[in-house]
Amino acid sequence: MSTTDGPTPMPGAKAAQAAANRQAAEKNPSTSADAAHKTGWFGRWNEKWQAMPRQKQWLYLIAIVAVAYLLPILNPPILSTEPGNDFPLALFSMAVYALVAVGLNIVIGYAGLLDLGYIAFFAVGSYTAAMLTSPDSPFIKVPYLWTLPLAIVVAMCIGVILGIPTLRLRGDYLAIVTLGFGEIIRILATLIPAMKGQVGFQNVGRPPGMGEDGIPVFANSNGTPWYWLTLTILIIVLLLAGNLERSRVGRSWIAIREDEDAAETMGVPTFKYKVWAFALGAGVGGMSGALFAGQVGFVNNQKFDVVTSILFVAAVVLGGVGNKVGAVFGGALVAYIPLRFTAIAEYKYLIFGLALMLIMIYRSKGLIPARNRLLAYGQEAYARVRNGPPKKPAVATEKEV
Amino acid sequence: MLSTVLTAVPADSDWINFDVNALAQNFWSATFDGLTFGAIYALVALGYTLVYGVLNLINFAHSEVFIMGCYGVFFTLSFLGFGPSAPNLSFGQILINIILALIAAILAAAATAFLVERLAYRPLRKRNAPRLVYLITAIGASFVIQYLIFLWRGPLPEPALTMFIPTPIFEVFGTIIDSQQIIIVVAAVIMMVIVDQFIRRSRTGRGIRAVAQDPDTATLMGVNKEKIIVTTFIIGGILAGAAALFYVMKIPSGVQYNGGFILGIKAFAAAVLGGIGNVRGALLGGLLLGLIGNYGQILLGSSQWTDVVAFVVLVLVLLIRPEGILGTSLGRSKA
Amino acid sequence: MGAHSESVPVSENAGGESPIELIEPMEVTEAVADAAAPEREIDVAVGDDLVEVKNLTVKFGGLVALDNVSFTIKRGEILGLIGPNGAGKTTCFNAMTGVYKPTSGQVLLEGGLLNGMKQHKITRAGLARTFQNIRLFGEMTALENVAVGLDARHKTSVVGALLRLPRHKAEERSAIERGMALLEFVGIAEHAGSLARNLSYGSQRRLEIARALATDPKLLCLDEPAAGFNPAEKEDLMALIRTIRNDGYTVLLIEHDMKLVMGVTDRIVVLEFGKKIADDVPSVIREDPKVVSAYLGEPEDDFA
Repeated sequence: MSTTDGPTPMPGAKAAQAAANRQAAEKNPSTSADAAHKTGWFGRWNEKWQAMPRQKQWLYLIAIVAVAYLLPILNPPILSTEPGNDFPLALFSMAVYALVAVGLNIVIGYAGLLDLGYIAFFAVGSYTAAMLTSPDSPFIKVPYLWTLPLAIVVAMCIGVILGIPTLRLRGDYLAIVTLGFGEIIRILATLIPAMKGQVGFQNVGRPPGMGEDGIPVFANSNGTPWYWLTLTILIIVLLLAGNLERSRVGRSWIAIREDEDAAETMGVPTFKYKVWAFALGAGVGGMSGALFAGQVGFVNNQKFDVVTSILFVAAVVLGGVGNKVGAVFGGALVAYIPLRFTAIAEYKYLIFGLALMLIMIYRSKGLIPARNRLLAYGQEAYARVRNGPPKKPAVATEKEV
Repeated sequence: MLSTVLTAVPADSDWINFDVNALAQNFWSATFDGLTFGAIYALVALGYTLVYGVLNLINFAHSEVFIMGCYGVFFTLSFLGFGPSAPNLSFGQILINIILALIAAILAAAATAFLVERLAYRPLRKRNAPRLVYLITAIGASFVIQYLIFLWRGPLPEPALTMFIPTPIFEVFGTIIDSQQIIIVVAAVIMMVIVDQFIRRSRTGRGIRAVAQDPDTATLMGVNKEKIIVTTFIIGGILAGAAALFYVMKIPSGVQYNGGFILGIKAFAAAVLGGIGNVRGALLGGLLLGLIGNYGQILLGSSQWTDVVAFVVLVLVLLIRPEGILGTSLGRSKA
Repeated sequence: MGAHSESVPVSENAGGESPIELIEPMEVTEAVADAAAPEREIDVAVGDDLVEVKNLTVKFGGLVALDNVSFTIKRGEILGLIGPNGAGKTTCFNAMTGVYKPTSGQVLLEGGLLNGMKQHKITRAGLARTFQNIRLFGEMTALENVAVGLDARHKTSVVGALLRLPRHKAEERSAIERGMALLEFVGIAEHAGSLARNLSYGSQRRLEIARALATDPKLLCLDEPAAGFNPAEKEDLMALIRTIRNDGYTVLLIEHDMKLVMGVTDRIVVLEFGKKIADDVPSVIREDPKVVSAYLGEPEDDFA
C-alpha cells in the first residue's frame, strides 16, 4: 500500500485505518458467539463429547463401532432399505461413499482445495483393480487384495502429476482442471482400446475365501463381507487421518486453508503440503474405487460420471467441511437417501445440488460443525490452562476480555 | 496423466494414430471450421473472463447460462415451426428468424446469469464468505440448473432444428467457406469488439475496470459495486446467449441438459489460454483453442479427442504460462 | 546503542486520567529464549552485522517504490524503520521477507543471500515477521497458531505423523511446552484454547508476535505492531519488545508512532520517497532537519 499512497503525508489516515482494523478484529467475537448458540443438537453433542474423559470416549466409540459391524445382521426395520434395495449392499455402498468423503475431506476440508474431479481417482482405482485381476485384461494378474495398495499408489501418482501444474496457482484453477479431468478420464476410457470402453472388464477379482456351499465369501451379491472389509478400512483410514490432523501436517493444511500467504510466511512449505493433501486424497479415492470394482465385479467407462464427483463434494459439505466424522456421516447419507427413499431417488442430483448451495449460503459449517484438533496432546494443555490459574498476572490489555 | 496410461497400452494397438496426411488434406477446412468453433468458445470465454476480472472468481454456473441460451433458441425455433430439415425461406425471413432466436437466447441466458448472481453470489458477498464457499456454491448452482432442465426435458438431446442450409460463399485454398461460417465468425468478432470498446470507453466500462482493479477504492470513489457486478454478469449472459445461437446453428443436436458442461470447460480453457481477465485474450484464446481442437481431432482420428486436446492445452498453459498469452488483467487495460 | 533507556515519554500522557488501569510492567521470569529456542545458543554479542541490505531497489512498473536503499542490522539491536506514508517502509519489509522480488540489490542474513529464496525458506533461515493487518489463522486456537510457527523447526515427515513415530510424539510434546511458554511470555497464556479470531485485538497482536517468535528467528520483523493501540497498550508493547531484545533477539521495527519508535529503538533508519535519508541513534534522528522536514505536517502522535 505504501506505493499507492503517494508521497503526501496524510495525517490521521493511518490512525483511521488502524481503528478500522481494530474494529474489524473485535467485531468477530460477537458474530462467533452468535454462531455458537446456533450449533444445535450436533453442537451440543460435540461439546458433551469433548467434555468426556478419554476412557469414556473410547467406550462409546467401541460401542458405536460394534453396532456398525452388526448392522447388516440386525437389519433394523427403520433403517433398512429393503425391500427396494438389499440392505448389506446398501451398507457397502454407504461405507464406500463414507470412505470417499473422508479422502476428499483431506483435500477440500483440510487444505481447502476444491477437487471437483475426485471420481477420476476413484476410476483410476477401479481400473487398476479391474485390469490387474479381470480375465478380460491382457496384463499380468495379481491377487485382488494386492490391487488395493496398488490402486492407492497409481492414484497418488496421477494426483501428483495433475497437482504439480495446478497447485502452484490459485484454487479455482484446480477446481476447473479437476472438473475437466473427471470428464476426460471417461473419454480416455472410451478412446484407449486397452481400457475397453463400454465393453469393460468382467469378473474383477475378489478376496479369497470359499463358503461351505461353494459360493465365494466375497460374492458380488453378498454385501456383508464387503461391508465389513470396507468398514475396517474406513476405520483405519479415520485413525490415520486423525493422526495427520493432530500433527504438523494437519496444522499446515488448516493454516493453508485459513491464510495461505501467512502460512508460507510462518515457514510452512505450502506447495509441498498442498501436493501431499492432493495425493493422499487421491490415494484414498483410488482405494475406494478398487473396493467398488471388486464388489460390483464389472468395470466399464459408464460407471464414472463426473456428476458423481459433485455428489462426493456434497457429501463432504453436508457433513461439515474439515470434519472427518461429518464426512463419514455425509458420505453415508448421500448414498443412503436414494436407496432408502426410492421415490425421490430420481431427484437425488437436484436435492444434493440444492443442499450444496443452501448449506454454503446459510450454514457453511455443515450439519456437524466441529473444529479440528490440531495438537496431539492439546487437550492436556488446555485442561491445564482451564484448571490452574495463570501463574502471572494478566497485563493491562487483557482487562477488557 | 496420459503417460501413465500410455505405458499400459500394448505396443501393437493403434488407438492413437498420427494421421498427418489427413491433416494435410483437410488443413484449410479444419482451419475455417476451427475458427468458427473458436468464435463460439471466445464468446463464452468472455463471460468467464469478465466475471473473473470483477469478482476474481470462476463462475462455474456460466456453462448453464450458456445452455439456457441454447434452450431459448430451441424453443423459439420450435415455436416458429422449424424442423429437422431447413425450410425454404428468403434471406430476409431467415434474418428475422435468426434475430428472434438471438433475442430469446440473450433473454434466457442473461436472466439466468442475473438469477445466479442474485440467489447464489450476492448472499455470500454480503457476509464476506471465503473463496471455497463461493466455488462450492457456484458448482451447486450449476448442478441445480442442470438437473432442473433434466427433470423438465429428460436425458435425451432435443430434436435437431435446422435454421438454414449453409450456402457456399467463396473458395480459399480450394476450400469452400460457407455463409454459416461467415455469419458466426463475423458476428462474434463484431460483438467482441463492441464489448471491448464498451469496457474501454463507456462510463459503465470504466466502473467495471475500476472494480476489477480495486473494489474497495472504486466503492470509495462512488462506483456502485453491486450494480457493476450485476452488469458484468448480464453482459456475460448476453454474450453466452449469442454463443448459444451460433452453437445451435452449428450443432443443431447439441441442445441437452448437460450440453454446456464440456463447452464451458473448453471456453474456460480458452480464457486461460488468452489470459484470464483479458477481453482480447478471450478472443485470441477462443480462436486458438478452436483451431487446436480441430487439428487435434483430425490428426488423432476421433471427434472426442477435441475435448482431450482442449484439456491438455489447459494443463500445459497452466504449467508453462499461467498468466496466458496476453496476460494482463481487466483492471489494467487502459482506455 | 543505549539511547532507549532514558526516554519513555508516553507514560506522561498515559498516567492519571487514563481509563485503563496500568498494571506493573510485565515481569518475565522465564526467558523467551528458553521457550522459543531451547536448543539454540542465542548469540547476544552485540555489534556484528546480522542483516545487510545492499542497494535494494523495487520497481512496480514505472514506479520506483524503493530506490537503492542500503543499511545493516546489527545483532542484538532494535532497529526502527520509519518514514512518512508511502516512503517505502512496507515495500522494504516485503522485499526483505520475500513477498516481493527486488528489482535489484541484495539482502544478506549472516552473509547468506536471501534474494530469490522461497518465503518459507527465508523464514527457516531466520527471518520472521508479523503483519500490519493481523493475519492469524482464525479457526485455530492460540496455541495451535504458535505451533504452526514452531513447526518451522520441526522435522517430522508426513509418514512420521501418519504412523505417530517417536520423533512426532516428541515434537508434539515440545510444541505444547514451548507454545505455552511463548503464550505466557507475551501474556496471553490463559487464552491458549481460544480461537484466534475470538481473541481481543490486543491479544491478537501479541499472538502474532508469539507466532513469529516460535519460528526461532534471528531477526524478528514487526510491522506496525502498535497500530490501533491505546497509550497504555503501547507502553506494554514497548516493554515486551525490549524484553525480546534483552533475550538476545534482533528486532526490526516498522512503526509510525514516533514516540514509540524513539522510546524503544537503538537506532533508526528513515526512508522518504523510497530513499534512505537518515540512519542514526534516536537522539540524533530527533534533531535531524531532513527528518523533521519529512515529517512536517505530521503530528508526532496521531493516535492519542
